[in-house]
Amino acid sequence: MPQKELDKVVSGDYALGFEIDIEQDTVEPGLDENTIRFISAKKNEPSWMTDQRLKAFEKWKKMTEPHWGHLDYTPIDYQSISYFSAPKSAPDSLDEVDPKIIEAYKKLGIPLEEQKQLQGIAVDAVIDSVSVKTTYSEELSKHGVIFCSISDAIRDYPELVKKYMFSVVPVTDNFFTALNSAVFTDGTFVYIPKGVRCPMELSTYFRINALNTGQFERTIVIADEGSYVSYNEGCSAPMRDDNQLHAAVVELIAMKDAEIKYSTIQNWYPGDEEGKGGIYNFVTKRGICEGENSKISWTQVETGSSITWKYPSCILKGDNSVGEFYSVAVTTLAQQADTGTKMIHIGKNTKSTIISKGISAMKGQNTYRGLVKIAAGATGARNYSECDSLLIGDKCGAHTFPYLESKDSVGQVEHEATTSKISDEQLFYLRQRGIGEEDAVSMIVHGFCKDVFRQLPMEYAVEAKALLNLTLEGSVG
Amino acid sequence: MSNMMEIKNLKAKIGDKTILNGLNLNLEKGKVHAIMGPNGAGKSTLSKAIVGHYDIEVLDGEIIYKGENIIEQEPEERALDGVFLSFQHPVEVPGVNNAYFLRTAVNAKRRHEGKEELNAAQFLREMKKYIETLGMKPDMISRSLNEGFSGGEKKRNEILQMQMLSPDMIVLDEIDSGLDIDALKAVSEGINSMKDGERSFLVITHYSRILDYIKPDYIHVLKDGKIVKTGGPELVAQLESEGYESLGEV
Repeated sequence: MPQKELDKVVSGDYALGFEIDIEQDTVEPGLDENTIRFISAKKNEPSWMTDQRLKAFEKWKKMTEPHWGHLDYTPIDYQSISYFSAPKSAPDSLDEVDPKIIEAYKKLGIPLEEQKQLQGIAVDAVIDSVSVKTTYSEELSKHGVIFCSISDAIRDYPELVKKYMFSVVPVTDNFFTALNSAVFTDGTFVYIPKGVRCPMELSTYFRINALNTGQFERTIVIADEGSYVSYNEGCSAPMRDDNQLHAAVVELIAMKDAEIKYSTIQNWYPGDEEGKGGIYNFVTKRGICEGENSKISWTQVETGSSITWKYPSCILKGDNSVGEFYSVAVTTLAQQADTGTKMIHIGKNTKSTIISKGISAMKGQNTYRGLVKIAAGATGARNYSECDSLLIGDKCGAHTFPYLESKDSVGQVEHEATTSKISDEQLFYLRQRGIGEEDAVSMIVHGFCKDVFRQLPMEYAVEAKALLNLTLEGSVG
Repeated sequence: MSNMMEIKNLKAKIGDKTILNGLNLNLEKGKVHAIMGPNGAGKSTLSKAIVGHYDIEVLDGEIIYKGENIIEQEPEERALDGVFLSFQHPVEVPGVNNAYFLRTAVNAKRRHEGKEELNAAQFLREMKKYIETLGMKPDMISRSLNEGFSGGEKKRNEILQMQMLSPDMIVLDEIDSGLDIDALKAVSEGINSMKDGERSFLVITHYSRILDYIKPDYIHVLKDGKIVKTGGPELVAQLESEGYESLGEV
């Protein structure tokens, strides 16, 4: 099939590129100690938190931006970013939330009125630097579940925050975590008490709205002994010609017999065909399986951002603990993604599974980078990795960098990798049976992603499929 | 006598190579036409040209199907109007459920014909009949499309699709290649069951074996991109004994 036609099929429109017209408090671009004190003051933080931030800032100043990723982008000027922006007037109840915000979230498919929501999904809505609304908090508190913004948690649950923040992802883990530790603004805090199965899906929806603003959120999910939680995050941003930075940190802690299922549908603005605009997404996500028989499962569907640099990882410390990583990463237009995972086996009989599906179209570049590390003493550790790449057209690329470090010779590691081209023969076969071109591409791509989509909670699987269609086939017709 | 398809002066190339050199062929309604010819004669190119494969560049000529020239039509338009190709090498499509794919195709055609779509239960009932007579393993319908199928399973799956889609012009490209005797029988029975005096068949084959099972009404010999001889079934025996070389240019 002619390349031009195929490009038309895969250059979907970005449907969430609108701007919310609200009054916002945005600080002048620039980063120094005063900026950090300003953020901390805006959040009414206790002094221990302010001190933490300032220490992180000192460390960050001595660090350099990493460039080992298979990524090519214009350098980030950290002084030209605004580090805080919030809708004016902080609301106490939904009645006080700006109707325009409620309207905007509705447009994103996320009603903030509890009675109108999908049954059993609690939402934390974050715009730029602040959480504007957390639903079902009261209902959840009956079960002892804490579901609130990180800013609230710092004030209301300082002991938990002090104990767990920076415990899985240290301040100086990398350049972006140090920056985030200094300037993080909002995010979600979740604590599930012992033996509680969280009665609803928890989710956070991140929206970048203000111009020239970076979003630096921080999320912590703690699942105490024998508990279970399924947490989901989604994100989007307006279409702009300038690049915007998103540098988040997520920490997960699973105690003995606990399970955390963390799903992401990432749909930041991807920029245009020439690579102009779009979100730079530099994210550090890591979970620790602290206790025996604990389990952490990451599922991600990455369709947005012009640059994605992200490796959700598991430290399998508890014996018999399980780590999973399921990923679909789509790069079309001029998008670049360098994504994968790290599975660190420390406990005995720990098990990890990695299923990564990269889809590249147009000028998209997709890299899988993954580390499986088996520490001395991790007897009986097992890993299975499968990394598949699908190329649509002939200007895109796929790259695979699997790393293996094994200190224990009894570990069992299996790695499979394939790269296939969405072939003219497959497309033709489906079309010869009367299936239109657009449906045929969609059918092949969905088939390719099936193993990952089946890991998503039902509502999100539907959303992910729709999003994939939109990303890859929006404009035929 | 009326024709299902008339191919007139068809000239076509793949890449830089001209393969069909002014081919003429009439395919009658309700008849079985067999095309025989040596390797490289243009047999597969002809089948691809009929279904509108993108590899083929048509330089000249017409393909009249049900009275209309379809040369400019997209592959799916031809398919929806009843042109079906059983592929020589059916492609594997990982992750796409066989039954889901086939129901999508069947319903696309039903929509096109203004018929109501089949729901999953109706579809499965319908399909079950064919699965049994084709001797297919029941799990093949829930597997990924053609993935890991043996040669025989792939061809049976082609015939299943043909039966479910109920096309009018059926092109069978080397349907017997890679089939053992049981598969050959099952596949041939499937094809013969579709004969209804209306549908037309174009059986493209290198060997005459299949023609013992699917009785042709006409034999056409394709050589150097042209039909060089047309006759009745008796032509098969002549080709068997004398080979294609005996047939010079007409």
